Amino acid sequence: MSVAADGKRAGTGLHLDLKVLGPILALLALVLTGAALNDNFLSYANVTNVLSRSAFIGIIAVGMTFVITAGGLDLSVGSMAAFIAALMILVMNALMQNVGSEVALVLLGMGAALGVGLLAGTLNGFLITTMRIEAFIVTLGTMGIFRSLVTWLADGGTLSLDFTLRTVLRPIYYGGVLGVSWPIVVFAVVALAGEVAMRRSAFGRHCAAIGSNDQVARYSAVNVGGVRMATYVLLGLLVGVATIMYVPRLGSASSSTGVLWELEAIAAVIIGGTMLKGGFGRVWGTVVGVLILSLIDNILNLTDGVSPYLNGAIQGVIIILAVILQRDRKAGT
Amino acid sequence: MTTLRLDRVSRAFGAVQVLFDVDVTLRPGEVHALVGENGAGKSTTMKIMSGFLAPSAGRIMIDGREVRFATSEEAEAAGVVLIHQEFNLADELTVEQNVFLGRELKRGPFLDGRAMRARTAALLERLDCAASPDARVRDLSNPAKQMVEIAKALNRDARILVMDEPTAVLTTREADVLFEQVDGLRADGVAILFTSHKLDEVARIADVVTVMRDGRVVAHEPAGALSEDAMAEAMVGRDVSSLFPTRAAPVGAEVVLSVRGLTVPGHASDVSFDLRRGEILGVAGLVGSGRTEAMEGLVGLRAASGEVRLGGELVRWTAPRQALDAGVAYLTEDRKGRGLLLAKGMRENLTLQSLRDFTRVLIDEAAEERALDRAIAAFDVRAPHRGVAVGNLSGGNQQKLLLAKTMLAEPDIVVIDEPTRGIDIGTKQQIYEFVHALAAAGKSIIVISSEMQEVIGLADRVLVMRAGRVAGEVEGDRITEDRIVRLAMGLDGTARAAA
Repeated sequence: MSVAADGKRAGTGLHLDLKVLGPILALLALVLTGAALNDNFLSYANVTNVLSRSAFIGIIAVGMTFVITAGGLDLSVGSMAAFIAALMILVMNALMQNVGSEVALVLLGMGAALGVGLLAGTLNGFLITTMRIEAFIVTLGTMGIFRSLVTWLADGGTLSLDFTLRTVLRPIYYGGVLGVSWPIVVFAVVALAGEVAMRRSAFGRHCAAIGSNDQVARYSAVNVGGVRMATYVLLGLLVGVATIMYVPRLGSASSSTGVLWELEAIAAVIIGGTMLKGGFGRVWGTVVGVLILSLIDNILNLTDGVSPYLNGAIQGVIIILAVILQRDRKAGT
Repeated sequence: MTTLRLDRVSRAFGAVQVLFDVDVTLRPGEVHALVGENGAGKSTTMKIMSGFLAPSAGRIMIDGREVRFATSEEAEAAGVVLIHQEFNLADELTVEQNVFLGRELKRGPFLDGRAMRARTAALLERLDCAASPDARVRDLSNPAKQMVEIAKALNRDARILVMDEPTAVLTTREADVLFEQVDGLRADGVAILFTSHKLDEVARIADVVTVMRDGRVVAHEPAGALSEDAMAEAMVGRDVSSLFPTRAAPVGAEVVLSVRGLTVPGHASDVSFDLRRGEILGVAGLVGSGRTEAMEGLVGLRAASGEVRLGGELVRWTAPRQALDAGVAYLTEDRKGRGLLLAKGMRENLTLQSLRDFTRVLIDEAAEERALDRAIAAFDVRAPHRGVAVGNLSGGNQQKLLLAKTMLAEPDIVVIDEPTRGIDIGTKQQIYEFVHALAAAGKSIIVISSEMQEVIGLADRVLVMRAGRVAGEVEGDRITEDRIVRLAMGLDGTARAAA
């Protein structure tokens, strides 16, 4: 009898390890492949480039991890980012004449971005929790609304940041501390805080409880509506943070800004091992997921063997593989 | 006419043997009861009969010939159908669609709706079931769902019907309806096997009783030859005459909770009662009489109106958090759907309701582990290992964990809804002892239960509800089954006067 019990436990242990190690092994394999294919792959310039570009999606994906863990979904984040970028640019352009200090102007722009993110997240959360509409439907709706508002604000074209302002904002994307650029620093801070919050805070525990069974959470005196609302507000804020990093890079917003970001963020979350139906999430996995997606893109661009046009196909295969590998084997036993 | 016999059937899972030489014979026109504690091997036996599991040793004989069922479909083809305890119906489909699911009648390439409807209507009529073939299963009551399951089985030409705890979710009256149908099937020559934790109903409807313990058949007698006490003793292997502990502490005089005119729209109206310190107040009544809803309204899980005084002070709770902060906890009747996160471990489940006591900025996991140690010891939770997902615990251990979770919040008043539904007699006894210990420690307890014996054995005073209202109250020696049933059915009491 003890033999069987031991054997069983060893089996589950191995299985768990694969679940935890899977994304990390995939990431390692990609790094090794990249290094083998191109000498510049591990260069400071390339690594910084990959990480900085990952930061936008990464910051959003950390917020998305909480939303999905709590059993929700947000399809609107890409459009929301474009909308926030548009308003941030409009606000800064408009206030440029009235506000003398450049620092104050930048802070106002950032405040606008965070404020709009907060409001947009609150709108999603309100419709989902208070009005009790499916998250999929609500965010499909707001996705269209935000996207269309950007097109309207830009009159079908592109909203550009005033040229002098671009120079002021430039350091936010290109500057940094100790040779690490700001987007990477902010991404790291957000990811760390997110990981700790998911693992060790009551908020993270409540998200997982609601995602596994919201009735149980309700009967356990958890404020289900409040926690759900908080996940969408948090995600809105993080989209604001990501946009603050993004605007200085191009200095413009148009109807094509942030297109498909929502799917990239959701894909990163799933590759990282968070369950799409909710109930279990891990932020570090999401970070690994984001890096995997960026590295595929980067490697295809650096090497000649495979056309970069196949990027989407390879990412698609990775997503499906990740889910198959992490699936519970309940069905088989 | 079909006879099914298990001939010295054994079954092992890996190195663990769970059935030892089980001999059971199901004869046409005979109702066979299989009783035993949880884990005695009843489910495994039923699964082997109906093709869900293969025996490791021994033979399955149908009409004297050995058969091997590779799948449950093969068993169904031979006329053996298992009706699961948790219904196996598609909620969103209609009764007719469920009855014919997987074997729809066709005319050419199209479904023959008319023939299926007629056939379904005939089956339901035979079962004396009022449900319409067009009704969605989701909208049916539990007994009606049970009838649909039986209709589905009959439509598959079931000659041997195996039912896993058919009355677990039924009230006494609903169970009576079921038993009438069972009588009819018996008269038609169907062989029936059912399991139940309710020994009184076993004594009532079974012709033959087989008692199992630890994977073996320990008694096999005609029902008349085995008293309820003898069955219980055979199941447990010890004397269980003292299932309910004797009351140690006297009920306090102080009224801790006073409810006046509590109304939950659509479910309960004008419910009033007092609860004293250290008292166990039973709430009896049929399922659907508004007992659960009234208590959920009390603790803020449902919208409710009325006057609630806690320790003399007027309170109004709109969320369970507020009631819990005031020291009033509600333990749900639905431990799998509302009580526990089945995919999570014991630690997360235990502290979910009291998480703030374990949190400064971050959760103190070491303190959680210590709380789990204490809970496991205090409530005798038996788990294969600490990290086990709660869904893999037995019902009894889940219930103990749920009790531990509720008591971790240190409430002064606990509402326990169906404290022992679907759990074995040994664990029941333990839970009764916990409830008594809590009362002795000065907690006040409200026990909602559909099991008459439980209400009578546990409660100092019983509130009987009927159709959303308090039909009456009985106390002390006047708590008898007859008195409660008469109130619950509306034969006595205020409800009749009101109606």
